[in-house]
Amino acid sequence: MNTPYGELLVALRPELCLVVGALVALAVDLPKSSRSPTQRLQISSTIGAIAIIAALVCGLDAGLPGQLFSGVFNLDMLAQASRAGVLGLALLTLGITAGTSRLRHPAEFVAIILFATAGFTLMAVAQQLLLAFLALELASLSLYVLAGFDKTRPESAEAALKYFLFGGVSAAFMLFGFSLIYGITGSIELPEIAHRLAMTDTSPLLMVALVMVLVAFGFKAAAAPFHLWAPDVYEGAPAPASALIASASKLAGFTLFLRLLWPGLGAVSGNLTGTAGWLPVVALIAVASMLLSNLAALAQSNVRRLLAYSAIAHAGALLLGVIAAGTSGPSPVFYYAATYGLATVGAFGVIAVIERTGPCHSLSDLAGLRTRSPLLTGCLFVFILSLAGIPPLAGFVGKFVVFSAALKLGGLAGWMALLAIFLSAIALYYYLLILKQALVVPAAAPTSAPLRVPPVAAFALLITAGLIVLLGLWPSLLLGLF
Amino acid sequence: MNLLPWTIYVSFAGAFLALLAGTRSASAARWVALATAVAGTLLTLLAAQSFTPGPAMQTLVDVPWIGELGVRYHLAVDGISLTLLVLTGLAATAGILFSWNIEERTGEFFSLYLALIGGVYGVFMSVDAFVLFVFYEIAIVPKYFLIAIWGSTNREYGAMKLVLYSFAGSALVLAGLLWAYAAGGAHGFGLDELTIAATHISHPSQIAIFALVFLGFAVLAGMFPFHTWAPTGHVAAPTAASMLLAGVVMKLGAYGCLRVALPMFPGAFAACQPIIAWLAIAGIIYAGFIALVQEDFKFVIGYSSVSHMGFVLLGIAAATPLALAGAVLQMFSHGVIAGLLFAVVGRMVYERTHTRQLAALTAMPLHRLLPFAAVVFVLAGLASLGLPGFSGFPAELSILIGTWQAKPLWALVAAVGIVVAGAFTLRAIQVAFFGSTGARASSVDAHAHPLPPITLAEKSGALLLLAATLFVGLKPDVLLNWIVPALQSPAFQAVIKGGTP
Repeated sequence: MNTPYGELLVALRPELCLVVGALVALAVDLPKSSRSPTQRLQISSTIGAIAIIAALVCGLDAGLPGQLFSGVFNLDMLAQASRAGVLGLALLTLGITAGTSRLRHPAEFVAIILFATAGFTLMAVAQQLLLAFLALELASLSLYVLAGFDKTRPESAEAALKYFLFGGVSAAFMLFGFSLIYGITGSIELPEIAHRLAMTDTSPLLMVALVMVLVAFGFKAAAAPFHLWAPDVYEGAPAPASALIASASKLAGFTLFLRLLWPGLGAVSGNLTGTAGWLPVVALIAVASMLLSNLAALAQSNVRRLLAYSAIAHAGALLLGVIAAGTSGPSPVFYYAATYGLATVGAFGVIAVIERTGPCHSLSDLAGLRTRSPLLTGCLFVFILSLAGIPPLAGFVGKFVVFSAALKLGGLAGWMALLAIFLSAIALYYYLLILKQALVVPAAAPTSAPLRVPPVAAFALLITAGLIVLLGLWPSLLLGLF
Repeated sequence: MNLLPWTIYVSFAGAFLALLAGTRSASAARWVALATAVAGTLLTLLAAQSFTPGPAMQTLVDVPWIGELGVRYHLAVDGISLTLLVLTGLAATAGILFSWNIEERTGEFFSLYLALIGGVYGVFMSVDAFVLFVFYEIAIVPKYFLIAIWGSTNREYGAMKLVLYSFAGSALVLAGLLWAYAAGGAHGFGLDELTIAATHISHPSQIAIFALVFLGFAVLAGMFPFHTWAPTGHVAAPTAASMLLAGVVMKLGAYGCLRVALPMFPGAFAACQPIIAWLAIAGIIYAGFIALVQEDFKFVIGYSSVSHMGFVLLGIAAATPLALAGAVLQMFSHGVIAGLLFAVVGRMVYERTHTRQLAALTAMPLHRLLPFAAVVFVLAGLASLGLPGFSGFPAELSILIGTWQAKPLWALVAAVGIVVAGAFTLRAIQVAFFGSTGARASSVDAHAHPLPPITLAEKSGALLLLAATLFVGLKPDVLLNWIVPALQSPAFQAVIKGGTP
């Protein structure tokens, strides 16, 4: 077999850039030196940013080669777009990190962000079960480390441990599911699997495999009832790590999920009227996520936990988009995931800046933010309202395209979309609670000092807010890609 | 005419400028806001000057926006929208004059205020459901902050309740519109296109979708029993926000019912007509009786708004040409009069006496301390209870006659509401301004601490609104000549023909 390694090298230039960047960042930081941690952070995040920008340029430059390396990679439009999206979100996360981090090992932090990003980009292009699993684990292992990176706080260690245990179990589930699929179809490549599945009848064994895979993805995507790790991790992890877990990881995960379910397992989707397959299970998980998270979020007094429950709610809406993707194509899910990612990166960015000088746990820690920093308040206003789905921000268009795709599908998916629309009215309540603290309530005495926003972080936040407004006003920029 | 879309852009630009100006000085922000509102009003009046009434919507802008969804940025006006645009301009200008005394975070106040106004202008011009919805939501969010930051009694509760009701209503609307879009197989969100798509939907689904959309809009119009947000919200809101809420925002709901819900589903509307009419009548009478026993002056006005908006909904429910025209006229009339009443109660009286309890006000000889406020309130009150010569009279009369043509019983029961309105308005005038006889003793005391005089800004705001209600009261033809031809459009004819029981 003539393996086209040269072709592969060209197509995977973005991943190469990321890995080389990570290694260079580590190497530069390696020798003992008299530099202060801030300088070290600046140097390594500059290297990281250069690596990500190089990866972005290479990725956009590559064209659309389609299937590569005998079908292991599929560089179609979805892969390209989601690779660019993941890189962009990682770059914004890096911007926030550079502005705010007080960690003792900045170079490692940046390097691990780059490794995680390489995992995300591979998830975006994978079309083979083995590569998909490896990419997912590369990303996940990096994220476990990032979650536990703040060694000064026990919560961070707790977050990492919980995330690792849940993630490890879900990896086992996924691998078990994958191996069953391989056993049934005799292939690990998605087109081949789809081909075989279309010819065989559904067997109980296949159902076990599907449930295994869905459970694993439920864990990774933090969908109910597999969401229990999310609030603790979002709460304990350093803010930039939470931002990456909530944004880029979601986008890459849903891209992989879409590719696995529709082109790969589309033949055994079943339908929502009760025929066995994965659609009813995904529908169940979606409804559970939307209901549970929106109700649980009402009782939260911690900003990060609130954002975690909001993430679960959005995961439910995204799963609804996955259900509809069979007829509507991937564009609604992609748009939703990308714009949701922007808004969460921004929200965690604001938290990261506040945490430079004081805690930002409870909602009341945001009190009086508008007098402390009008810039942060303005950005937070955009991010939270986008999460709530208020036009003309991108979050609204995301909801609109996903729900209209689901309603077009009709039947149970339509009812789920109506449920999701009604729940968005409940969601506005807890989002307004955040904005109420920031804009209405005056600052309490110990935390009333003005906040200095580091220029890099300010730049990253402004870019994020600008993108949310821009994509809200011109959604065709993303929707038109597919 | 083609300058009308600039009302939206000018308002949003003004909102931005007011925010910037507010960081330098409060008075700069005020003048920016006033200039913006006046510019908006002038643009609407200029358009009214060159407006030729007709049944068709006259397109102002029509460009593709989101090709993938078939959304077009399509703005158009007919006589009905123009009436409400003029109202928006007047109410916005008056509201700014009455909030001249906002000292705290002035720039932000006017910025949110103008953003709300921009959204309202946008709703009244949109003929694409997506665009309409976007503007509708832009008008909702600023309300929360206007009330929660600058409000009074129980403001955070009132603000949250109001916004959640509005947003829940808009969620119903969104659900209904998306359902119609998907089920009807439409390729875009133009109202005409959705109307055609809606004919492909089965009758039971049509009724369900109509119920969603109508209910969603009617919540914002204060329809019984979903009106409870209105009094609490109005009472908690700062004066200018109450003026806008009662004056134009509640009209957004009624306008949505009239422009979107009815023409899209004339058949379903015909089936639901009696329910809507009885809910409207219940609102008129129930809110009237509640207003009669309120101890807080602002609650009286708050419930009176719900009662008067009941007439608008009744006119819509009756759906005869006269009733519909009356409903639009009543929207204009109530917008102006409610603005005046809230201005007197919230700004002229409360900011000086620092009480809104009728029991406390009755002890002050307000007619002597604040003669201007008393005169304005008496005139506005008379206009509100439908005295000939003021705009309330032709409006409520057309609604009642139009309703009589559809169903005499409705008109008879609703007429009780007029009597109740007379009772609570006269009671408020009597108790608040002309005190009890025991007041004579305390008047000496009051003269020792004279209340601050009525400012020029307040006077001009009050005169502006009084002039508007008198003008429309004396020459309702001016507005009716715009409104009646608009009802000749095929969309409204379907409603009127299908709607007569």
